[in-house]
Amino acid sequence: MSTDKRMPINIENLKIHRLLELYRTKELNPKEVIDCLFSHIEKIEPKIKAFVHFNREKITKELENIPQKEGKLKGIPVTIKDNICVKDEPTTCASKILGGFSPPYDATVVERLKREGAILFGKANMDEFAFGSSCETSFYGPTHNPWNTSCVPGGSSGGSAAAVASDETVASLGSDTGGSIRQPASFCGIVGLKPTYGRVSRYGLVAFASSLDQIGPLTKDVKDCALLMNVIAGYDEKDSTSVNIPVPDYTKALVKDIRGMKIGVPREYFLEGIDKEVKKAIEEAITLIKDLKAEVKEVSLPHTEYAVATYYIIATAEASSNLARFDGVQYGYRTKDISSVNDIIQFYSRTRKEGFGAEAKRRIMLGTYVLSHGYYDAYYLRALKVRTLIRKDFEEAFKECDIILTPTSPTPPFRMGEKTENPLAMYLSDIYTISVNLAGVPAISLPCGFTNDQLPIGMQLIGKPFDEETIFRLAYTYEQNTDWHYKKPKL
Amino acid sequence: MYETVIGLEVHLQLKTKTKAFCGCANSFGAEPNTLVCPVCLGLPGSLPVLNKKALEYALKVALALNCEVKEFFKFDRKNYYYPDLPKNYQISQYDMPLSINGYLEIDTETKNKRIRIKRVHLEEDAGKLIHTPEYSLVDYNRAGVPLLEIVTEPDINSAEEAYEYLVNLKSVLEYLEVSDCNMEKGSLRCDANVSLRKKGSSVLGIKTELKNMNSFKAVRDALDFEISRQRKILDGGERVIQETRLWDAEEGITISMRTKEEAHDYRYFPDPDLVIFTVDEKVIKSIKDTLPEFPRQRCLRFQKEYSLSFYDAEVLTRSKYLADYFESCAKLYPYPKEISNWLTTEVLAYLNEKKIPIEEFTLESEKLIGLLKILQAKQISRNTAKDVLRIMLDTNKDADTIIKEKNLFLISDESDLEKIVDEVIKNNPNSVNDYLKGKENAIMFLVGQVMKQTKGKADPVRVNTLLKTKLKKGGDNA
Repeated sequence: MSTDKRMPINIENLKIHRLLELYRTKELNPKEVIDCLFSHIEKIEPKIKAFVHFNREKITKELENIPQKEGKLKGIPVTIKDNICVKDEPTTCASKILGGFSPPYDATVVERLKREGAILFGKANMDEFAFGSSCETSFYGPTHNPWNTSCVPGGSSGGSAAAVASDETVASLGSDTGGSIRQPASFCGIVGLKPTYGRVSRYGLVAFASSLDQIGPLTKDVKDCALLMNVIAGYDEKDSTSVNIPVPDYTKALVKDIRGMKIGVPREYFLEGIDKEVKKAIEEAITLIKDLKAEVKEVSLPHTEYAVATYYIIATAEASSNLARFDGVQYGYRTKDISSVNDIIQFYSRTRKEGFGAEAKRRIMLGTYVLSHGYYDAYYLRALKVRTLIRKDFEEAFKECDIILTPTSPTPPFRMGEKTENPLAMYLSDIYTISVNLAGVPAISLPCGFTNDQLPIGMQLIGKPFDEETIFRLAYTYEQNTDWHYKKPKL
Repeated sequence: MYETVIGLEVHLQLKTKTKAFCGCANSFGAEPNTLVCPVCLGLPGSLPVLNKKALEYALKVALALNCEVKEFFKFDRKNYYYPDLPKNYQISQYDMPLSINGYLEIDTETKNKRIRIKRVHLEEDAGKLIHTPEYSLVDYNRAGVPLLEIVTEPDINSAEEAYEYLVNLKSVLEYLEVSDCNMEKGSLRCDANVSLRKKGSSVLGIKTELKNMNSFKAVRDALDFEISRQRKILDGGERVIQETRLWDAEEGITISMRTKEEAHDYRYFPDPDLVIFTVDEKVIKSIKDTLPEFPRQRCLRFQKEYSLSFYDAEVLTRSKYLADYFESCAKLYPYPKEISNWLTTEVLAYLNEKKIPIEEFTLESEKLIGLLKILQAKQISRNTAKDVLRIMLDTNKDADTIIKEKNLFLISDESDLEKIVDEVIKNNPNSVNDYLKGKENAIMFLVGQVMKQTKGKADPVRVNTLLKTKLKKGGDNA
């Protein structure tokens, strides 16, 4: 076997579908790819800080153990957000309180990646417990946007997105509770999908808000996204909310024809707060889609204005309960000055005071408040009712169209620190993505332009429940008719 | 005059093979923390999946207690911090429990009474704290064990009624075979709410909650104590404090544990990890079809079908196992009263004495009947039969073998017996004289002597007759 025939590795070209092809023709082997990524990471990572745990030796060892049998992702490096459990590896949710925690089990998605021969390629940075839209609240420090390192990569899956955008990895998994996959995908100029609630098992995802969370892929293009979905989607008996319906081959949906497809554009998404450059990019995308013979029409999602408030009640309520288990009794961080602790209440409160960051505390308190006796009806119960109305908005809109098209974020990536002192401003950066989680429908974000400062702009395509295929079809067709996905940050 | 108002909350561990929301074994007494997994430990990322068997058992109980099973029900989280609660919330049911509005009938001194059941719902158990002087240790083996909470309306008006309710409830639950109902192992736990009010008043008085009672007798004693404690307070013109009190069985008193001012806000809300459940009419019907005949019905049937007294029928049917045993015997032997007598006296006495639970009484009914048949054929005496039964219960051998081994058959040869009788008459002239002089009792001494000589193998009735005949003849001769 001679190496001279082999092509030199173009790191920017390391996409899943490309690698699978090169492995098949034996032009490349996984070890070469991994070695190349290792040296790239050495250069890039100090500027980006996309990873929180990265074990080179373990990856090298795993490489040797790539199963002999054929897997759909054999030899493909995939980075995992740090709130998804990987057996015997740190899973900290970028929080001090989970310092030192290594779960004794794999998340179902990780199990499926391993089964298909993927190489687990480090744990990605995130906002602590996925609370945030900028990836600045991590206990391990912020991740930087590869397009402009003084900007945020978006959040909370900022590490997962930045690692893909900077070519430090081939693809990654993130989680999306209110836009945490799509918004960073948009900020980093890559593709990110939030699948239908129930499509991908949540088993092993450290819960933020169980009724909203969903795991999804962040990739360099739409085809990679479909390939990764083919592996992670599907019923899991370990997750009661996972839905037992057949999973199609998503790559088959990638046909370059959207003739006659009906695209709805919700008027409520273009009213206030939208950045001019974002608006312009979306309008140009709409024009292109019309040129491709799809039918574009205005639709209405009348309860949009209540989405952010509704979301922050439901999400924090669930989070306050989900995070109750982090108490220092069984695992993770425990207050150091144990000898001066008088009783169990003091033990809990010191551990949690020292272990959680400011945003986590803010959300736990908010959630505790909205669930407490006397406020439950006014906040939580009312939020559930509004959630139903928002879900109905989508049902109504989907009677008129196949896909809803919106911006992913009202603004391009903002500067680090710009919104950290103003939680409300930060919460509004999810304004276009939040309704999708409340309704449980699937949505993708893909690049649709750049600002004058060369910062990426993302477009969101929302589909009917369990109709990821139509999303893929439109996204792929659009992508094949533009070249945004070829653009690379200068690092 | 006061009226006592009592409501009971019973927590029942269901004896499913696995826990309520994961596949860990549900069993008692294993090494601490050996029956645990990420789900019941509440590790980050783990998710609950409802055990179908636990749901089936819960539905069985609900239907047996005449409850309405709801078409939709959900699980809620009850949030509170405690080291034995791995997730710091308990998966329970709040505003949409699986069943409501049932009842259980009890018999009081004067009448038959319905105790209404407010709700029956499913939840998970917590772990267990073990306190040492230096540390508190946690055993999570029990965490996630399926629990059924059975709550009554405040329909109980005395400690005695509470006791009756619990005995009846336990009996029904045993019939369903969904729990081992063992209070000592904690598989059945009972809390009581008790208050007093002026007779005729419709307003409830201030209640206390009693905990820490680990037998039905303790419940009765604790309630009796608490009722008189509250009466004294009210008689003194003071107010009862709403609080939780613990029963101290040794002292025979209740003591304050915490006042209700510290009552928790549990922040109940629907558990988003578990979807809303629906129960099919068909499923309910199929469970109804499998419900057994319950103790009360069976007791009535036993009185009719086997001509047993109420007392006998009640004793036999209180335990499903004993009732089943009786019926298997009745199929083999057409004298139900005789079977009942042996079971309710000799067998129960033996089990009681050896502290053997009725379920562990394993002597085959064929063997017991074998003994009764030998007795009926007058091949052994009734006293011998009692001794043989004890040996059977100890050794599980059959009656015939034991009797042969020990040579216990009655002396069937009349001439052998006559010889012994003659001998006894000869050797006891005083008693013979007494008898002949009209002291009827003296005959008993002589019978005793014959029995002693024969090592109990003579039929005392025959001996009696034989003695009288001989003495009559002798007297006539004299």
